[in-house]
Amino acid sequence: MGMTMTQKILAAHAGLDSVRAGQFIEAKLDLVLGNDITTPVAVNEFKKLNYDCVFNKSKIAIVPDHFTPNKDIKAAEQCKYIREFAKEKEIENFFEVGEMGIEHALIPEKGLVVPGDTVIGADSHTCTYGALGAFSTGIGSTDMAAGMATGKAWFKVPSAIKFNLTGKPQGYVSGKDVILHIIGMIGVDGALYKSMEFVGEGLKHLSIDDRFTIANMAIEAGAKNGIFLVDDITLEYVKEHSTKEYTVYEPDADAEYDEVYDIDLSTLRPTVSFPHLPDNTRTIDEVGDIDIDQVVIGSCTNGRISDLRVAAEILKGKKVKKGVRTIVFPGTQKIYLDALREGLIEIFIEAGVSVSTPTCGPCLGGHMGILAKGERAVATTNRNFVGRMGHVESEVYLASPAVAAASALTGKITNPENL
Amino acid sequence: MKKTGKVFKYGDNVDTDVIIPARYLNTSDPNELAKYCMIDIDEDFIKNVKKDDIIVANKNFGCGSSREHAPLAIKAAGVSCVIAKTFARIFYRNSINIGLPILECPEAVDKIDAGDEIEVNFVEGKITNLTKNETYQAEPFPEFMQKLISKDGLVNYIKK
Repeated sequence: MGMTMTQKILAAHAGLDSVRAGQFIEAKLDLVLGNDITTPVAVNEFKKLNYDCVFNKSKIAIVPDHFTPNKDIKAAEQCKYIREFAKEKEIENFFEVGEMGIEHALIPEKGLVVPGDTVIGADSHTCTYGALGAFSTGIGSTDMAAGMATGKAWFKVPSAIKFNLTGKPQGYVSGKDVILHIIGMIGVDGALYKSMEFVGEGLKHLSIDDRFTIANMAIEAGAKNGIFLVDDITLEYVKEHSTKEYTVYEPDADAEYDEVYDIDLSTLRPTVSFPHLPDNTRTIDEVGDIDIDQVVIGSCTNGRISDLRVAAEILKGKKVKKGVRTIVFPGTQKIYLDALREGLIEIFIEAGVSVSTPTCGPCLGGHMGILAKGERAVATTNRNFVGRMGHVESEVYLASPAVAAASALTGKITNPENL
Repeated sequence: MKKTGKVFKYGDNVDTDVIIPARYLNTSDPNELAKYCMIDIDEDFIKNVKKDDIIVANKNFGCGSSREHAPLAIKAAGVSCVIAKTFARIFYRNSINIGLPILECPEAVDKIDAGDEIEVNFVEGKITNLTKNETYQAEPFPEFMQKLISKDGLVNYIKK
């Protein structure tokens, strides 16, 4: 029986000719990732393991990004703890304030993941790198510790759902709308324990940034990973960012899928996820009249340069509605600098937008944009759980950068086509 | 190995944000985390939970973040087991890795009510409802996971 893309990558990393869904395997890792919330726990566990050094100093990445620049003394102590660990273990990819970014924007930008890699990260959105044709999945701190020590992790080989994409997205429809549509269709546990494989001729109309956004939110459908077929768009990105050797894996023609969905991208509409689960979606035409207090544009989901360009195009020469607190946070220092050089930051500031240094802060209600009781935000982030961005009685509506920027201008959730 | 405790029951998609909200994640001390366990879904939980009590929830328990702080908080709060129809993948893995027993058993979830006294046999996957005098059979852990749990988690399993 044939294998899916994910199964092929896992088989290769387990040293096996083939694997089947449900099989437990041990796979070699190409990268182990952690942030400032999950790495301190991993360091505690690593210390219990009695390993003198990490398995490979260049295959571990630690990115303090959640409460960084540090929001309080405890957060500063946590970062100090992992900074000292990174120094002691000579971890090459420890990214400090000033060079760091939001991990899932930063890691691909630094060329640390290439097609065919197996990556674990102590952050659920590690599935982002599936956009590059890698197997990458979120794990917890203990797995991170074991990965840093042994360079291996245990996996249950997943079955898969195939998404056959056709057609070309129209108007303001972006990667965010594609993934919100899919999550709305299959539910927050619709891909539980499974791979989501994205294939089809429609891929050629999805930029690498669109693919990062889609793969990033595979976890919001419960998936183990999301993965895209590697094409010229992928290889162009890899060539620009990395010198690492890579392997392209394609699914076998007789690979078995639990389900196959055909999605015509040309039929999709801008999509908004209502509180309090990402699968509670409506198209922009069905949203109705929703007043908002805050707009957040950025995060590991939608803080890339193309996201900022779309937002700036909509905000250019206009002012956000008085009272609508609008925050843009670029994904990395490089994205920030590119946005500055392109004049986007000027557009934002002139529009009355607050521009933040890269941080996960507002996305998880950490800092830099917490909601009070009863407040509503439109955010390009990835979760709208109860209390996600602050008070348990606040609400988060997930949308694309275009919808978020349009909403900032009007103070209501707004279709950018109608501006 | 068996544990007996009183049931705290919740619905679908109990996410890691409500199990331990991000605002409390500036520490990794399990006892500190336990103080805020379940606070955004049930603020009385930590006042009422006793050692060996059991959480029963519907589907997709633990969805969301990879934060291991979620199962750590539950374990440190004294909870001996979580039973759900399904678990989110990372939560499942983290629980096994830290030695928090979790069982998938839709029948048990449908029949157990909040406040019931239940006994769980982790090796056999047998759940006995002492209040209602019923038993339910969960899929026992695969051997691989039983080894991890018997060693109280992954760290002891791979320790040098």
